[in-house]
Amino acid sequence: MKEISCKLLVIGAGPGGYVCAIRAGQLGIDTVIVEAGKPGGTCLNVGCIPSKAMIHAADEYLKVSEMAEGKSPLGIGLSKPALELKKTVAWKDGIVGRLNAGVAGLLKKAKVKSLQGWARFRDGKTVEVETETGVQVIRAETIVIATGSLPTELPFLPFGGKVISSMEALALKEVPKALAVVGGGYIGLELGTAFAKMGAKVTVVEAQPRILPLYDAELTRPVAKRLDELGVTVLTDVKAKGLSSKGDALLVETSDGTETRIEADRVLVTVGRRPNVEGWGLEEIDVDRTGPFIRVDDQCRTSMRGIYAIGDVTGEPMLAHRAMAQGEMVAEIVAGHRRSWDKSCIPAVCFTDPEVVSAGLSPEEARQGGAEIKVGQFPFSANGRAMTLLGESGFVRVVARADNHLVLGIQAVGSGVSELSAAFSLAIEMGARLEDIAGTIHAHPTQSEGFQEAALKALGHALHI
Amino acid sequence: MAEHVIKMPDVGEGVAEAELVEWNVKVGDLVREDTVIAAVMTDKATVEIPSPVEGQIAWLGAEIGDTVAVGSPIVKIDVAGDAPASEELADEAPKVDSKAVAADPEEKSAKAEPAAPPAAEKKPVPASVKSTAAGPTSTGAPRPEGERPLASPAVRLRAREAGIDLRQVPGTGPAGRISHEDLDVFIARGREPVVTGLRPDTSVEEIKVVGLRRRIAEKMALAKSRIPHITYIEEVDVTALEDLRASLNATKRPDRAKLTLLPFLMRAMVRAIAEQPQLNALYDDEAGVIHRHGGVHIGIAAQTPSGLVVPVVRHAEARDLWDCAAEVNRLADAAKAGTATREELSGSTITITSLGAMGGVATTPVINHPEVAIIGVNKMMVRPVWDGSQFIPRKIMNLSSSFDHRVIDGWDAAVFVQRIKALLETPALIFVET
Repeated sequence: MKEISCKLLVIGAGPGGYVCAIRAGQLGIDTVIVEAGKPGGTCLNVGCIPSKAMIHAADEYLKVSEMAEGKSPLGIGLSKPALELKKTVAWKDGIVGRLNAGVAGLLKKAKVKSLQGWARFRDGKTVEVETETGVQVIRAETIVIATGSLPTELPFLPFGGKVISSMEALALKEVPKALAVVGGGYIGLELGTAFAKMGAKVTVVEAQPRILPLYDAELTRPVAKRLDELGVTVLTDVKAKGLSSKGDALLVETSDGTETRIEADRVLVTVGRRPNVEGWGLEEIDVDRTGPFIRVDDQCRTSMRGIYAIGDVTGEPMLAHRAMAQGEMVAEIVAGHRRSWDKSCIPAVCFTDPEVVSAGLSPEEARQGGAEIKVGQFPFSANGRAMTLLGESGFVRVVARADNHLVLGIQAVGSGVSELSAAFSLAIEMGARLEDIAGTIHAHPTQSEGFQEAALKALGHALHI
Repeated sequence: MAEHVIKMPDVGEGVAEAELVEWNVKVGDLVREDTVIAAVMTDKATVEIPSPVEGQIAWLGAEIGDTVAVGSPIVKIDVAGDAPASEELADEAPKVDSKAVAADPEEKSAKAEPAAPPAAEKKPVPASVKSTAAGPTSTGAPRPEGERPLASPAVRLRAREAGIDLRQVPGTGPAGRISHEDLDVFIARGREPVVTGLRPDTSVEEIKVVGLRRRIAEKMALAKSRIPHITYIEEVDVTALEDLRASLNATKRPDRAKLTLLPFLMRAMVRAIAEQPQLNALYDDEAGVIHRHGGVHIGIAAQTPSGLVVPVVRHAEARDLWDCAAEVNRLADAAKAGTATREELSGSTITITSLGAMGGVATTPVINHPEVAIIGVNKMMVRPVWDGSQFIPRKIMNLSSSFDHRVIDGWDAAVFVQRIKALLETPALIFVET
């Protein structure tokens, strides 16, 4: 096949890669993007989007189930609903398909050449792509590695059969009767909660003393409470050991050394993700690493000239929106603009029940940073809109510097708070002070009032509490 | 209270207006009789305006660069220094004062040598301007060491694109936030701490084109837009001429000026013009008339601290070599000192332009409108010349000469330059009576 030469080659069409390619195309850079699977990467195909579809379906199912059981305080009653998971999955696949086409269309519109196949570095300027029709050699002035990450496998619980990763969990044909989730991070809890709502008996096994160990206990308490309400068994300080010999149960060891069995017809392993650094010829190029990740500077440059890396392959936090921001930045750098990573915060959202949002520093992190801080917290139980939505659990919390009231961090837990993340990160990115948030009119009746009230609380004069 | 009004004086024959190029006073200043108040520029001469009275400046009627009609009031001076009179003006004074301060940098740049790069002019910023610019920044508390500068994404992007390190920018906003205005001030003040490494300089300095610079600009634009130039370049072997010049200089009377190449060229031009008088002319293209002059008045383009001027050696045909040299020296000194009169700076019929040691290999001289010819002298260099059997070192100088092709044909231009070349290469011919 004839060689292709281009200015910019992006390897991987996940959220980082495709955003990089679109922006580069907009800037008139001759760009090629290579993807072995479908455009959109983990996020769109087997991550963020499909999981949110399944979570929504589970929420709806639970709602009507409760109504059928006569538990609805809204006074709605109906006969027992049925869930046909195959149809749910098909609906989810439909959304994914539309987004796949959308990304492909956006790439085309930006005049980016898309190539399907498995890329492999030959050297720092040359990549071979195994396509359906043969090997395509691409020579590029600049290459962006956006290969993403993969679910981490446990050696004693290899994927296959009953042991599944988040990918397979999103494509199950039927709801498992008993699901054991290894790892109480956000992926395990999001999916575990969804399956519990769909009727599975779910047990979450977490090696650390509490779930969502990356968030503080106060923030995760409403989630733990809800899991309990949903009948999810949460075992903390417990280590998974492997499958039982029959394969019908997960063997675990508690902190005092006793082994127990957890009956399960599926074991979902969500113990984190690892950078995808194998199988595409990383060893052919001279690129430094930090731990398992590719080391990059504040412009996403690797140690090799002309090679950039973005997204999960470069480290934590492994979040699509971080990758997108990096991708956009790299495209602009390649176009000759002056850019470097100067973001004040990367917000993170857990689509658990209730949802958790965090932007900037937690009170503990802020204190560790040496700052005298003020914290203002406002509960959704005092928010009218939350009450009308049956979403009274949770709160908004604002962390600010005591001396100049600069907002350092904002966290929230509560139903639907994921949409508040925009306000949180905007406030931090703009360098807002408590007075800025307190002095901004927040529409009534909305949950966002909780944000304003939390700022007022930190200033010592909350109105509705 | 009595008010004395100074009007724009009649500074020269037939001059209807003059450009104000310098204020030496501002409103509120006390002036004595004969204190120089302002400088105005007409066609080519700068005239200083002294105060005829003693008093306090009450009003300035023009800004630098304004063209003012003769007879218009330009300055008002209060001559009765009693208290109520000055108080009455007090409220007006600060306003006009700030205007005068604002005009200050313009004046600086107008006076500065145009050839100097703008960066060099930035250093001596007038103290008054600096204090105004630095004013708002002083409210920004210094940022503690190691603290991250606080700025919105838009401000950060702008700073990055301007190559500014935000850590160096004082923030005046709440919590020391850096606003767009803070960036503006920082950029306007110029980046003070010099950081290593190459950084783009995006500053743009506005320099008003006034005074002599404006006149030069207008004159050049007129010449280049009206006159279809033909430029003819020829090399001249000046080895014999240089020998002659050296021996004349070695044996000259002490009271005589040292000879340069210029007087020889002037004499050669006088000889050549005698044969081709159409070259010594002024072409009034609007009237469609050529004024062919008998007298050869040779303009000598000269660089002065304020720009290009062209002092004129009048009646070169009536001056011998030594006289030409003396007159050139006298005019050059006067022009550099800025004391050349209007008459000495106008009335040429043909011009010589020379950049001396900077002369380069060739130039494309612009004709001194409405003349029809200009002779450009390039740098003299020793070059190898093939004499038929070997290379020999010869002193070679190029002449780059432009002609108004509307009235001078290329053939005539070539004949003229060839005649000058012949005269310079065999300098005895310059002095032989015909």
